[in-house]
This record gives sequence, structure tokens and C-alpha cells, in this order.
Amino acid sequence: MIPSKPEVANTGNVAPVVSGAPRRRSAGWVKQYGGILTGLLVLVVLFWRLSRNFMAVGNLLNIVLQVSITAVLAFGMTYVLLLGEIDLSVGATVALTGTVAALGLEHGLWLWIVLPLALLAGLALGAINGVLSSLLSIPSFIVTLATMGVFRGLAYILSAGVPITVENERFVRLGNGSLLSVPLPIWTLLVLFVANQFILSKTVFGRKVYLAGGNPEAALYSGVNVRGLRTLIFMLSGLMAGISGVLLTARLYSAQPNAGMGYELDAIAAAALGGTSLSGGYGTVTGTLVGALIIGVINNGMNLLSVPYFYQLIVKGLVILAAVGIDVQSKKHRS
Amino acid sequence: MRHTTPADGAGAPSLETRSVDKSFGAVEALKDVSLTVHAGRVHTLLGENGAGKSTLMKILAGVYVPSRGRILLEGKETVFAGPRDARRQGISVVYQELSLANNLSVAENIYANHQPHRFGIVNRRQLLLDTRKLLTSLGITLDAETPVSDLSMAQRQLVELAKALSYRSRLLLLDEPTSSLSHSEVDMLFGVMERLTAQGKAVIYISHRLEEIMRISDKISVMRDGRLLCTLPKQDTSLDELIALMVGREMRHLYPLRRAEPPVAGPPMLDVKGLSFCGQLHAVEFSVRGGEVLGIFGLIGSGRTQVMKALFGIRRAAGEILIDGQPVLLRSPADAIAHDIAYVTENRKEEGLVLGHSVTRNINMVYFQHGGARFGVVNASAEARMTRDALSRLKIRTASPEQAVGELSGGNQQKIVFSKWMGLRPRIFILDEPTRGIDVGARYEIYTVIRELAAAGTAVILVSSDLPEVLSMSDRLLVMREQRIVKELGTAGLSQEEVMSYATGAVSA
Repeated sequence: MIPSKPEVANTGNVAPVVSGAPRRRSAGWVKQYGGILTGLLVLVVLFWRLSRNFMAVGNLLNIVLQVSITAVLAFGMTYVLLLGEIDLSVGATVALTGTVAALGLEHGLWLWIVLPLALLAGLALGAINGVLSSLLSIPSFIVTLATMGVFRGLAYILSAGVPITVENERFVRLGNGSLLSVPLPIWTLLVLFVANQFILSKTVFGRKVYLAGGNPEAALYSGVNVRGLRTLIFMLSGLMAGISGVLLTARLYSAQPNAGMGYELDAIAAAALGGTSLSGGYGTVTGTLVGALIIGVINNGMNLLSVPYFYQLIVKGLVILAAVGIDVQSKKHRS
Repeated sequence: MRHTTPADGAGAPSLETRSVDKSFGAVEALKDVSLTVHAGRVHTLLGENGAGKSTLMKILAGVYVPSRGRILLEGKETVFAGPRDARRQGISVVYQELSLANNLSVAENIYANHQPHRFGIVNRRQLLLDTRKLLTSLGITLDAETPVSDLSMAQRQLVELAKALSYRSRLLLLDEPTSSLSHSEVDMLFGVMERLTAQGKAVIYISHRLEEIMRISDKISVMRDGRLLCTLPKQDTSLDELIALMVGREMRHLYPLRRAEPPVAGPPMLDVKGLSFCGQLHAVEFSVRGGEVLGIFGLIGSGRTQVMKALFGIRRAAGEILIDGQPVLLRSPADAIAHDIAYVTENRKEEGLVLGHSVTRNINMVYFQHGGARFGVVNASAEARMTRDALSRLKIRTASPEQAVGELSGGNQQKIVFSKWMGLRPRIFILDEPTRGIDVGARYEIYTVIRELAAAGTAVILVSSDLPEVLSMSDRLLVMREQRIVKELGTAGLSQEEVMSYATGAVSA
């Protein structure tokens, strides 16, 4: 027998599951975030019952602190996913921008030169992804799979394969200092959250992202430069990765070429948990933040309960599957 | 009106349908269709877009199951369980769209689904042998090993035909096989069809090209509004009669009244000169004045939509476009929008709307980029106002402005596509099939809006394959055929028959 060709599933013109930005009233808000917020609450209560230490203020801040770096990455990833694209290179970008910052400091550059330099490096790396995928029409999965390797390799070469210690105190404070007894990375996270939430929900740019992700053809016919927008989005993702790179380097007092390994998957998981559609057009950074917190709570709670790491991996995977599955199903029934 | 003549010395009936009905929900696509196709004959199905030809063809191909009625194959009643079953029973179909894999050879394409093999390994020698035998029997001179990507469109069409005939078939269904072919290529195809009928096979042929139909057909069945009106032997009919039968529908009171006074003859607002791109448009020229509705009629594939895409900056074309007498460069839709051009595309779901997004979002899809924002921040109250205005002006029925557009009816969706442009007050409004697939009530409301737009001085270009619609709505009409404008007509007192004769090439301009 000749094996028959697999048929491509055709879902037709059914309206996609409605979630994400277009609704902004209290009822819509509950409908949109009710599910994941309940999930987060259930987890918090569960770990609170199981472990005395979980609800301590110090521990809660610790969870947000641990989450901050991947959450910032996930904000960038949210834009990319909203356009129906993907960016696998963000973890490597964290390592490379961190390395750039540490090398700059090592060569005695002024802090206010080093910071823009690292962020510019992130923007440039994102621009490479964007140009390759939108101008040369290479799928972003392939482009960023390739640049993930290239960026990581560059980080190893620039650092000669060993961690570069950072001694600049003001730089290190970015990762370890506090303001009003809240760690600085949490402040960074909050500022970026507010900024990105504003950009996506209130600005013309954000609207274009939803439009082009929801239906690229309709966006084109409405006068949106879809290719240009795609390049900008990858630059934004690179910028967020650059910020994460600085935060991580500061927190660890050193840039490590193997830093951020696998962070791209945590970022995608956070966005997906938060209700961002991987085929584009639906999702918010608010959802992404809650998604990142869910992952953080699971990690922290299981550590407190001394669950062995191997089991933690399995639990985390199952929780992601269950949460996204429930979310997709419930939204399907409602609309 | 004449009815089916008894078998006039032809072969036995190959395929018959008896009182076949087909409905989709409340829509009756076919009503009481009885068709008899004889072996060794070419039987043509003729009708306007939407007359029911494709539905009938899909029933015969086993894609649809009839709601009522019977199908007889060589006198014996049969049921087609699906396309594969129909093929097994000897029905072969060539669809309008090619289904070839361009990277594979002629032989591999022809036998794509049933290559000769042993234990799953293709017997290449046998494959080439079979292919050559089949091609020779059809009188097609093509090398079995050539990749399809090296072939011309006509040659690909022949490969498609050979593919359909690689199954033992007694009846061949051809859906508009000549729409992309040149004259000499059509001759080649007709040669193959004659060979087939000489071998005793029956051919059902669907086409809009009347002169070709008169050449190749033995019998012609005319369909209109889901019914089979009559079947005529070719020698007993004429082009004029066929056209009259095809369009014979009465003009109903579906259209708002025209304004009393004709539009003022001013300078053209839009002037198109020598618009071409290779093979797809040939020196298209026309102009529209403000306040005028210019109709463009043509059958599918006549190049209507290509012209509109060039005007909207989607496709680059040679030639000149002038607005208010000034040449303009339209490289993207953004350029066109900046020149106050709006475009309601022919497929609202693909190019017009984001189905999962809210009514508000869709209505403001263009507005938020132009005027609906300050310092890059969207003005939510301006959007809400736009939405309210649009909902009341176009009588859009929706549960709330936050409802997803995909949940609305086709008519309401189309009104939203209209309103997303109307807020911009465009000066040139392009409408491509603006009433396709929507109900009579919504149509009337859209027609009223078109009249209002023109009365306010907008230049409207109305592209449509609905003849009564273009005749009733436009002040002037351009007829397109084979990527050209073949005729310009005033619509006062113009008959559907006359337009159709230019569109099908029955009369050369």
C-alpha cells in the first residue's frame, strides 16, 4: 500500500476564540482574566495551607523577584506572539547583551554608556530577526532558531567561555538594590508592565499589532505596513531581552555565556498561560504577567515543600497543559 | 419554452438526474433538476454566476448528496458515497483550479493517487509506460518525465485532464477549463474532447464563453436561479436565445430610485491611463467624476479585481493614475488611503474584517490610524462616537459594540466593512461585489448608502457580476472581458442581454 498523504486540517472561517484586548469593561475583564486569576488564587491558597513560610511578605516579594526577569522577556514575547510570530532567540539575547554590558564595564566605560549600549545591542539583535523574517520572508521560527545559536555562540566567544565578573556597584545595585524596601527588578517589572499595557491597549501602534495579528490581509488593506511592523516587533522583543540581560547580569554580579538558557520557553509558557493566542491577534501583557506569576508560585511553592527538581519539571508541564486547556475550552463555550 | 428532446440518435443515456433538489439550510440551491447526458456527446451547462451549475456539478462528482431526487448511471439508480466513490463509478472531474504538484513530473502527477507499485515501492517503468499510453490515446504530446513547473498553463490543463482520465471513466466533468487559455490552446483542448466523445465517453462542460460553447457542444442546458430551464440541441438555438434565457430574470424593486437629475458633468476625479501588468491587464483606461457611479461588469476572471488592486496600491502596474488631474504614485494601500481612496474588497472575511475582534474595533480599523488618535494614542471616545454613528446610520444589528464581528450575519458584517471606510469620508470609493451573499434587506440599505455617497459628491466605482445590480445602480457601465475593457455603455435603457453579449464575447465591441 502507498501511504496516503495526510490531509491538512481545515478549520474554515470559524471565528477564533475570543479573548484578549477588544473587551475592556468590568464584565469583559472578569471573562478575560477570571480563569487565570482563579488559577493563581487556588495555587496561592494551596501552598499557603501546605507551607507556613509561603505567605511571608519576604517570600512573596521573592517570588516576584524571581519572576521579574522572565516576565520582562515574556512582555516582549507577547508582542511577537500577537503578530502570530515566535522569537526563540531571546534567551541567547539575554546572555549576549549581558556579556556586552559586563565587557563594557570591564573596559572602564561609564555606566550611562554601558546601559544604553546593552539595550541598543538588544534592539540590533531583534532587528536582525525582524529583517530576516519580514524582508526575506523566512519563517520566524527558523530565523530565531538559527539566531539563537548564533547569538549564544557570540556570547561564548566574547566572554571566552567564562563568566565576566562585574564590580561596578551602581550596576550591581540594579539587580540587588531596593527602593522603599521593594527590590529594584520588581520596580523595573512594574514600570515595564504599565508601559507595555499602555502601548498595547491605548496606542495606534498597539492597535496595529492586534489588527495585523488578527488578520494580516485586512491589516494590509487598511493601510498597515505589516512587514515594517513585524521588524519593529522583533526589535521590541530584543529590547526587552536586553533589559532582562542587564537585570540578570546585575543580579548575578557577573555575565555568564550560558545565562538565560531556556528562558525563551518560560516566556512563551507565561504568555500562553495568560491567554495569548500563538496564532496571533489575541492576548494582553496583563495576562502574561499573571501567567508568569503562576509559574513563579509553582516553582517557589514546590521548593518550599522540597519537591525534588525532576518532579517539579513534570508538575510545571502538567499545570501549563491543564491551565491553557481549560482556558481554551471555556472561552470556546462562551463565544 | 422547449423541453428535453428525446435521444436524437445519440448513444444511450450515460448519466441522468431525476428531480434533484439541494438545499443548504433555508437556501435552495437546486430545484427539481432533471438532466440527461448521453454517451459520446458534449453537454454544456450554461448560467450566470450563482445559477446552480457548480452545485449540480458537485452533486455529480459526489461532493454533495442531493436533498431529494435520484441519480441514474447507465439506466441504473446509484448513490455516490463521496468523491472517491463517484470516481470509482466512472465520473472524472476537472475543476477550475489546478490541483497539480509543480515539483513532480507529468507522470507522477497523473498517477498521483494510484501509482503502479509493488509492496509500496513505485514501479517507475510501469508508471512511465502507462503515462505514455494514456497521453497517446488522448492525442496529447507531452513528455512523461517533464516537471510540471516547466509546462505552460494550457499544458498543465491537459495534464489535469489526463489525470482525471487516468481512472477508468465514462463521464468527464469540466468546469471552466478554458478560462486561462489562449485561442490555440483552446483548440488543443477541444481536440482532446472530440477524441473522448469519439471513444463513447460523455462530457459535461461548464463555461461562460458562448462562442466556444457553440463550437464544441452537442447539447446546451441553461440554468437560472437553481432550476434547469431547458435543454436545447445546439443546431436549434442561437447566441441571442441563450443569452435571453440566461439573464431572463425580471428586475425587481430591489433598488432605491435614482436621483432626478443626472450627475453634473465636471472634470474627472480619477483618471486611469494605460494600466497594465504582464498578461493580467491590457491597457485599461477609464475615468470617474465626483458624484458618479461607474459600474464595471465582467465575468469571473475578466480582470475586474486586478484593476481595483492596482488602484489601491496592492499590485504595482504600469500606466498612469491621476487624481484631480495630478499624477499620483500608489505603492501601498497607505498611499491610496492618503489620497482618499477607500476599497471594500470582494471577500469581507479574508480582507475586510478581523472576525474575532469586536464591532468597535472593526468599525475603527482604519479610523484609528487617521484622525482617531492624538500623539499616537487612540481616542476612545471618538471611536465610541464613530461606532454609534455607524451603527445607527447603516442600521447594523448587533447585541453590543463589544460583540465579535464573526457572530454577526453576512449583511451586518458587510455593513461594518462599509462603515470602516465611511468615517474617513473618502472621495473615491471602490466597491468590489458589495452585496455578495447578503440578504435583500441588507442589500437595499447598502444601495441606499451608495446613492447617498454619490449624492454627496463621492466618485463610486461599483464592480459586480450581478447584472441587475450594476444596471440599476450605475450611471455608466464598463464591460470587461479577458483582462480588457471591451465596451463602455450608458445604462439608460440598457438591456441585460446587450451587456452579457459583450461580456461573453458573443458580440465583439
